[in-house]
Amino acid sequence: MSTVRMQMLIDIMALEFTAVELNLFLDTHPGERRALDAYNATVVQLDELKREYEARFGPLTNFGYSDSDYPWRWVEEPWPWQINFAHMKGV
Amino acid sequence: MWIYEKKLEFPSRICSTNPKLAKVIITQYGGPDGELAASLRYLTQRYTMPTGRSKAVLNDIGTEELAHMEIVATMVYNLIKDASLEEIKAAGLDGYYADHDKALYFVNGDGVPWVAQYIQSKGDPVADLHENLAAEQKARATYEYLLQLSDDPGISETLAFLRQREVIHFQRFGETLEHIYEFYNHQHRFFMGDHS
Ligand SMILES: [Fe+2]
Repeated sequence: MSTVRMQMLIDIMALEFTAVELNLFLDTHPGERRALDAYNATVVQLDELKREYEARFGPLTNFGYSDSDYPWRWVEEPWPWQINFAHMKGV
Repeated sequence: MWIYEKKLEFPSRICSTNPKLAKVIITQYGGPDGELAASLRYLTQRYTMPTGRSKAVLNDIGTEELAHMEIVATMVYNLIKDASLEEIKAAGLDGYYADHDKALYFVNGDGVPWVAQYIQSKGDPVADLHENLAAEQKARATYEYLLQLSDDPGISETLAFLRQREVIHFQRFGETLEHIYEFYNHQHRFFMGDHS
């Protein structure tokens, strides 16, 4: 897998981790306005990044969440457990 | 409904073929304090949580634990996939190999298969949340033991990430327990309605 693709995945992981963390925080602090604003801002950034990734490398999600070029790209390898980030620095 | 995302939650680096390390890490896949137990525990307890908040916390942490299960599986899979039979035998994984080849199965470090008795779903939110707080601490401790056993820098990085998540989950469950006490101490004492 190309370094560019791995780096994009790492960037998506970082942003989505921010979203997970804010999501769990908001579950127990639903009235925290600043956390909610940060969450909503992350959603916009993450969506942009995922769309860019998917346009180049195929869908990240299935079941109607992302479309696919022909032929159906969901079946393409690698699957997540086949990717080793070992040679990526700064992970 | 769940939607699968074709990526891990964390960019896992695996620097070695190391069936010895796989043998101990697999306990976080199918062991008593592992990620299968964690995810199934929270996802099955969520149905009887009394408030919107507590349902959300159980649902969301249970879902994140599924992602952790996938990370643990990825580590184990990659640590053994290129191992020779000699290495498998030297690591004491020959018994495992006889039953599963190099496939992933839910066992602890000694090959004991996962059982539902590892988890409880009591219907009493206070009891369930206390179980979850303990479960997070037990998982944190396990990751610390695994970090002591790990000699692969990439694996250690991922184990440290997973350990840190248990600390956060413990924090969120603690807040949820406080929220549940408050919920019962107010006017809703005998009423489990649709509250947030
Ligand atoms: Fe956890």
